[in-house]
Amino acid sequence: MRRSSFVLTMMAFGYAFLYVPIILLIIYSFNESRLVTVWGGWSTKWYAGLLNNQQMLAAAWLSLRIAALSATFSVVLGTLAGMAMARFGRFRGRTLFGGMITAPLVMPEVITGLSLLLLFVSLEQFIGWPEGRGMTTITIAHITFTMAFVAVIVQSRLISLDESIEEAAMDLGARPAKIFFVITLPIISPAIVSGWLLAFTLSLDDLVIASFVSGPASTTLPMVIFSSVRLGVTPEINALATIIVALVTTGIIVAGVFMARQERIRKLDEQMAASSSA
Amino acid sequence: MGRGLVIAVPYVWLLLFFLIPFAIVLKISFSEAAIAIPPYTALVDWAEETYLTIRLNFGSYLFLLTDSLYAVAYLNSLKIAFVSTVLCLLLGYPMAYGIAKAPQAWRGPLLMLIILPFWTSFLIRVYAWIGILKQEGLLNNFLLWLGVIDAPLQILYTDTSIYIGIVYSYLPFMILPLYATLEKLDDTLLEAAADLGAKPFTAFLSVTLPLSVPGIVAGSLLVFIPAVGEFVIPSLLGGPNTLMIGAVLWNEFFANRDWPVASAVAIALLLFLVVPIMLFQYYQGKQQEAARQ
Repeated sequence: MRRSSFVLTMMAFGYAFLYVPIILLIIYSFNESRLVTVWGGWSTKWYAGLLNNQQMLAAAWLSLRIAALSATFSVVLGTLAGMAMARFGRFRGRTLFGGMITAPLVMPEVITGLSLLLLFVSLEQFIGWPEGRGMTTITIAHITFTMAFVAVIVQSRLISLDESIEEAAMDLGARPAKIFFVITLPIISPAIVSGWLLAFTLSLDDLVIASFVSGPASTTLPMVIFSSVRLGVTPEINALATIIVALVTTGIIVAGVFMARQERIRKLDEQMAASSSA
Repeated sequence: MGRGLVIAVPYVWLLLFFLIPFAIVLKISFSEAAIAIPPYTALVDWAEETYLTIRLNFGSYLFLLTDSLYAVAYLNSLKIAFVSTVLCLLLGYPMAYGIAKAPQAWRGPLLMLIILPFWTSFLIRVYAWIGILKQEGLLNNFLLWLGVIDAPLQILYTDTSIYIGIVYSYLPFMILPLYATLEKLDDTLLEAAADLGAKPFTAFLSVTLPLSVPGIVAGSLLVFIPAVGEFVIPSLLGGPNTLMIGAVLWNEFFANRDWPVASAVAIALLLFLVVPIMLFQYYQGKQQEAARQ
């Protein structure tokens, strides 16, 4: 029994550790006073300030576009990679392929950022593309490091999946592309949705890699936040954080409800299919 | 044909944007800094169109060895990453264990609460700690109010605040793989141990802990490897005396604009990480195989 109270204490401490800073940010985003530690009464003036901060709004818009683009491409590439790893068994160069998929998960960002920048500089020297750096180079960089996360999610979903449905379809003469779109894709769609969301968030959040591969005209939201934090604390950041937390929490709750319903429908379908075939 | 295409598309992408860039970093680490655009000399020259000359310049690497700054930064990064990993494990293991042993209906929400902070901006969460840790910050005020301390502590801009920042940011990466292994653990093994007279703690040490080693290794490497090269946390929470290699690389590149030395720093850092990264891939593969069975 002693151990279980130890576990409970650690869990309470751990969850408090994770959430107290976020809760404090939200409370202080409504602080009238400029000082983080002095409470000057309730106010929404930092939210108004945020709406007038053109630089931050432009950066947020750029970040959102890059995140949507790179999440979409990384889902396509990551799903293909996850398929190859989970379903194709041995193929030539599989070890290298597996290594290249998992390495970006742990690679320090400074190395990834530096190496991609040097690639873009060399490419520009030799073939004249990309001309300068900006949204295109940031998007390519983000696709590269987020597709690893998508591949791992899709791969583990495929591994835990029963292959017999696909085999049954093959026996009935369905072509591989048809099997993929009619059977495999719907079943792994929760994994693809969460992969897309993860890639989107990772891209939206990335400071280091984007700083390396961005040009003078392309400043992303994390770059603006980083420089304003370094120059001095502005309570507007608290307001921005609160908006992000609110959006993310809503998004996750909606996605959770949606996916739970999809899962129920899928289970029902499988049961009906099983009972009708019996 | 379809099968080949499924492999080829991501394969080519990764070769082009993941593997070749490292070759280029390696190449540039052997060239000399120059006042040019881009700021380094060519490695390969076609002299008189017949002789291929390759000039390897080890200057950047020698520079890393002669200036003690780099050795101090590498060692300091390894130390900070190691301590943070141990702290993450000490906090993350009981949490993962608690979630895995919680009633089935609770596990999903508890796990969701671990992942949720991860979906909000990492930069802003690190920034939140500045307000908590600084001298007139909330933690000092709280401790003063409790009467534990008489004068505010200097926590921000020290190694302690870097540890707090890294553990805080990377804790989910420790908990998720640990949970994945602990959750799959067969409870009948523990029952068997109890039948044989093992006390719960003995059973934990001789059954649960050894069986969770893959999770411990995967989680630790997921924290350790990126933490070695961490740039954002030390530059926001660390002091002027804390030198980490990620920040050194960043300064070499952005402030000194010495691309060959920045590349040499990156290659040396990669060499430090080759063994941990290969270990990570080995255990990752093992986990996938275990999931397959």
